[in-house]
Amino acid sequence: MAEFPRDVAYTPEHEWYRVQDGTIGVTDHAQRSLGDVVYVELPAVGAVLEAGRPFGTIESVKSVSDLFAPVGGRVAAVNTALADEPERVNREPYGGGWLIRVDPSGEPAGLLDADAYRRLVEGT
Amino acid sequence: MPVPDAPEPLIFERSRPGRRALRLPEIDVPEPSRPEDDLPSGWLRARPPALPEVGEPEVVRHFTRLSRRNFAVDTGMYPLGSCTMKYNPKINDTLAGLDGFAGLHPSAPDALAQGALALLWELEQDLCRLTGMDAFSLQPAAGAHGELVGMLIASAYHRARGDSARRRVVVPDAAHGTNPASAAMAGFEVVEVGTDARGGIDLEQVRAHADGRLAALMLTNPNTLGLFEGEVREVAQVVHQAGGLLYYDGANLNAIVGRARPADMGFDVCHLNLHKTFSTPHGMGGPGAGPVGVTRRLSPYLPGPLVRRRDVPAVAGPRYAWDDPGPESIGRVRALHGNFGVLVRAYAYIRANGGSGLREVSGHAVLAANYLAALLRPWLPASHDRICMHEVVTDGRALAPHGLRALDLCKALLDRGFHAPTMYFPLIVPEALMFEPTETEPREAIEALAAAVGEIVALAERDPEAVRQAPTQTPVGRVDEASAARRPVLRWYPSEGDRAPEG
Amino acid sequence: MEELGPRAPYLPHAPGDVAAMLARLGLPDVEALFSELPEDLRLSAPVDLGPALDEASLARRVGQLAGANTAAGLICFAGGGVYDRYLPAVVQALAQRGEFLTAYTPYQPEVSQGTLQVTFEFQTMVSELFGLPVATAGLYDGSTALAEAVLMSRAATGRRGVAFASGVHPQWRAVVETYGQAQGLVALDLDGHADDVAAVVVQQPDYFGRIVDVEALLARRPAGALGVVAVDPSTLGVLEAPGRQGADVVVAEGQPLGLPLAYGGPYLGLMAARDDLLRRLPGRICGQGRDAAGQRAFVLTLQAREQHIRRARATSNVCTNQAWCALAVTIYLSLLGPRGLAELGRLGYARAHYAAGLLTRIPGVRLAIAGAPFFHEFALRVPEAESLQAAMAAAGFLVGPVIDRHTLLIAVTERRDRGEIDGLAAAMGKVLRDAGA
Repeated sequence: MAEFPRDVAYTPEHEWYRVQDGTIGVTDHAQRSLGDVVYVELPAVGAVLEAGRPFGTIESVKSVSDLFAPVGGRVAAVNTALADEPERVNREPYGGGWLIRVDPSGEPAGLLDADAYRRLVEGT
Repeated sequence: MPVPDAPEPLIFERSRPGRRALRLPEIDVPEPSRPEDDLPSGWLRARPPALPEVGEPEVVRHFTRLSRRNFAVDTGMYPLGSCTMKYNPKINDTLAGLDGFAGLHPSAPDALAQGALALLWELEQDLCRLTGMDAFSLQPAAGAHGELVGMLIASAYHRARGDSARRRVVVPDAAHGTNPASAAMAGFEVVEVGTDARGGIDLEQVRAHADGRLAALMLTNPNTLGLFEGEVREVAQVVHQAGGLLYYDGANLNAIVGRARPADMGFDVCHLNLHKTFSTPHGMGGPGAGPVGVTRRLSPYLPGPLVRRRDVPAVAGPRYAWDDPGPESIGRVRALHGNFGVLVRAYAYIRANGGSGLREVSGHAVLAANYLAALLRPWLPASHDRICMHEVVTDGRALAPHGLRALDLCKALLDRGFHAPTMYFPLIVPEALMFEPTETEPREAIEALAAAVGEIVALAERDPEAVRQAPTQTPVGRVDEASAARRPVLRWYPSEGDRAPEG
Repeated sequence: MEELGPRAPYLPHAPGDVAAMLARLGLPDVEALFSELPEDLRLSAPVDLGPALDEASLARRVGQLAGANTAAGLICFAGGGVYDRYLPAVVQALAQRGEFLTAYTPYQPEVSQGTLQVTFEFQTMVSELFGLPVATAGLYDGSTALAEAVLMSRAATGRRGVAFASGVHPQWRAVVETYGQAQGLVALDLDGHADDVAAVVVQQPDYFGRIVDVEALLARRPAGALGVVAVDPSTLGVLEAPGRQGADVVVAEGQPLGLPLAYGGPYLGLMAARDDLLRRLPGRICGQGRDAAGQRAFVLTLQAREQHIRRARATSNVCTNQAWCALAVTIYLSLLGPRGLAELGRLGYARAHYAAGLLTRIPGVRLAIAGAPFFHEFALRVPEAESLQAAMAAAGFLVGPVIDRHTLLIAVTERRDRGEIDGLAAAMGKVLRDAGA
C-alpha cells in the first residue's frame, strides 16, 4: 500500500510539499503508478516557480509526466543525486528521492492533507 | 524464436589490427595528388576512426549470426497490430534492384530516365484512383513525414486565404502519437477529443471545437481501435462547415483498399503508408514511403518537384518530366525525389494485384482479423463488440487475477514462436493487446496463435510465475529497460579509458 | 457474391478455408464484413487499375521501365551529394536476408537482438566518424537530418535564426526552410547575421565540392549558437572529424557508404551530437543493457523523447530510422575498416584531381572556383552546361547536376579508373570542339 505521511501537504497532481523546509517531491502513489523512474528534468537553482505551473518532467521507460509546483517561489536547491540515481524517487519518494527545495514567495493554496489526498487516489 | 543462438560479440570485439576485407583499386593516375600535400594539417584526420578491422568471412558470419537473432515476417507470424506485417513479395525486391533503377543517378536528365518517371506517374494515378484524391506527391519518406507535409499544406491553405487564426488541430485520444507530434511540428496547437461508447470519434466533442480556430481534424479510418468510423461524413460536414480541413491518416487503408475511398468520405488530404497497405518490407524500421494526396483545391500546395506527363504527337507515346510546383507550394520536404526504391516495390505490388486483387486483399485482411477475434474471445474479448476491420483491439485484463499483465502474455507468445501483438496501444484501452493477423497468414497459423493464447492463459492459472519468467526460448531474456535508460550506454568504446569525450 | 477462392497472388487460402472462417463468423460472404461502412461509401466494383499481372508478365513490364532509364548505363561522373560508388557483393547478400528485411521496429527486444546490435554498432561507427559522443539510429536522409538538427538547435537555444555558410546544398537549405517556417525560423547568411542565431550550418565538402575550413567558419559564430556541420561521411578517413573542429551537431547523407543510387532514395540521415543534447535528439536510439540473467542485451532507449510517448511535445514526429539502410552502411564500413575508408578517400581525391587537370586543359573549360581546395568533386565552368550534359550522355558519360547555365558538377569516385577519366576528357574535348566548329 502507498504511504501518505502526515508531515507534508499534497497536490491533486501527486506532488508533495514540506512547509518546514520548502522541499518538493512526488508521492509514493505517483512513483508506484509511474513505475521505474529513469529521468527527472528539474529547473536550475535560482529559477522562479509559479504555483500550479509545470516546473519539470519525470520520465519512466514508457511515460513522461509534468511536475506541478505546489507553491510559488525561487528554487533554492536541486537534488543532483537524481541525475545518476533517478531510482531514488522509487525507493524513497519522501526521503532521498526529493526533487527540489524552494524559498516560497507566498502561502501554498489548494493543497490537500494526507487524508484528503488518500481519499483522492483511492477514489473513496 | 525457438532456437537460442549463442551471443554474438560486437563487430568491434572481433577486430584485430591489420585485418581487412574489401580491397580497393590501386591509385592508377600519374603523379597522384595527395591531401597531405595540399591541405593544412589541421584539416586532416589526426586519428583514424575506430572502425572494425575484420576479414570478409568474419563480416559475413557476424551479420548472418545477427540476422538469426531476429524475428521477421519471413520466419514467423507477426500479428503486430497497426503495423501490417504481411508477406513482402520477393519479386518486388528483385525488381527494385534492377540496374535501370538501382543504378540510376538522381541527376540523370529526364529524357534518360523515362522509365522511372513513367513508373512514378503511373503510381500517382493508381493512388489517386484508390483514394479518390486528385493529386499526389511521392516525396515523403515515411508516414510521419507525410503527416508533417499534410499539416504544412493545411497551414499554407489557411494562410493563403488570410485565415491565420486557424491554429488548432483536433486529434482523437486514440490517435497514433505521430498525429499530435506532426501537427505540433507544423506549428499547430493540438486538442484531443474523446472516443464514444461504440469506439468512434466523439462527434459532440468535435462539434465543440468546430469554430474559427479549427485548422484541421486528423482521423484514421478504420481508426486505431480497428473500427470503421461510420459517422465519418458527419465529422466531415462539421469540420467543413467550420472552415477546417479533414486529414486522413492512411495507416489503416489496408482494411478498405479497393472497397472505399477517403475522398468519398469527405477527406481533403491524406497520407498513405506504402510499407503497410502496399506491402513494401519494413526493413527493421524503415525505409518506408508516405505519399500525400490532396483534392484539387489543395493541389497548389503540394511539395515539389512533381512528375508531369506530356503527350507529344511527334514521338511515340507520352514524355515525362520533373516540374517545379507553383509559388503556393509548401516547398521542398527532402532532397531529390523520394524513396524511389520503395515506390518501385509498391508499384509492382499494385500491378500484381490489380483492382480486383486489392479488393480481395482488404476482404481477406478483415476476414482474418474477425476470425482471430472470434477465436480469442474466450480469453481476450475485443474492446468493442462489433465487426472489426483489419485488426482487433482486445482487453488484456484476463490475466490480472493472476497478477500478470498484457506484457507477460506478449513475452510468453515469443516463446511459442509468435511475434507479440502491439501492447498498450491505443492508450484508451486498459491492458490493450492489438492483433493484426493480415491477409497473408494461412488459416492454421491464425488458429495456432489463438491456441497459444489459450495455452498461456491456462498456464497463468496454474503457474503464473512461469508466465512471468517468459521468454526463456529467445536469444536473450527480458531486458531491463529501466537500467538501460537510467545510465545510457549508446556506443562501444575501445577501452574504459576512452569513455570520456570521443576522440 | 464474391468468389470464395482468392485470385490475388499473395493470399494463402483455399476456397474451403474462406468458407470455414465465414461459417465460424456466421457470415454469408466477405462482403458482409463491410456492413459497418455506409452503403453509399462502398465501391460496387473494383477500382480500374488495369489487369493483374502474373509474375512473369510483371517482371517483363517493370523490366521494360527499368530498361528505359538509359542514364543508368552511362559511366557516372555525376555528384551533387549522391555518388556512384562500388557496392560490395557482401552488402547486398547480407542486407537481402529476410530476417533483416522483413522485421519491424525492435519493440520486442528479446526477438530483435539482431536489429538492435546492428543499430548499436552503427551508432558507434557514426560517433567515431563524426567525433561526437552520441549518435542516433538514423533519420530519413541527409537533408531532413539537417532540418532536424536546426530545429533541435532552435529548441535548445530558444533562438530563431539559422545562419548558412555559403555553399550549403540548395535543396538541403530549402528543406530546412520548409521545416522551419512553422517554427518561426529565419534563414540568414553567415555574414551580417543578427544576434538571434540558433545554429550556424556548414557543409563539408560544400555543394561545389570545396573543402571548407570548418574550424574557422564555426569560430565566427555568435556566442551561444550551435555549430551544425553537414559532412560527406566518405571523406572522413582523410578529413578531420567535424566534432573535433568545434561542431556541436554533425549530420550526413549516408548514401555514399554502401547505398545504391536508386534515383534518390531510400537513403539515410546520420546524426551525432554533444552529450548535453542527448535528450533533445530526434528519433530512435539504441542502448546497451542487460537481460534478466545479466547477459548483455540491446534495447531502444530514451523513448520518452519520442512521439509515441510525448505526442505533441515530442522532440520530433519521426518514427523510422531507415534501419535497413543503416544495416547496409554498417556492413559497408565493416568491410572497409579504418584503412579502407582512408584509401577510399585518397583514391577519389587523386583521381578527381587528375580529372580536373585533364578537363581544364580543354579550351573553354575551367574550374568554376579557381584555387579552392576540393575533394572528389568540383564545379566546372563550361560554355553551355545543359547542352554539354546532353552531348556527354550521347557519348556515354553522365555528368552533373547542372548548377546554372555555365556550371556543372563532376564527381570522381573510386569506381572510375584512369581509362574512364581519360575517356571523359577526350569525349568532352570532342563535344566542345564539334560544338565550336
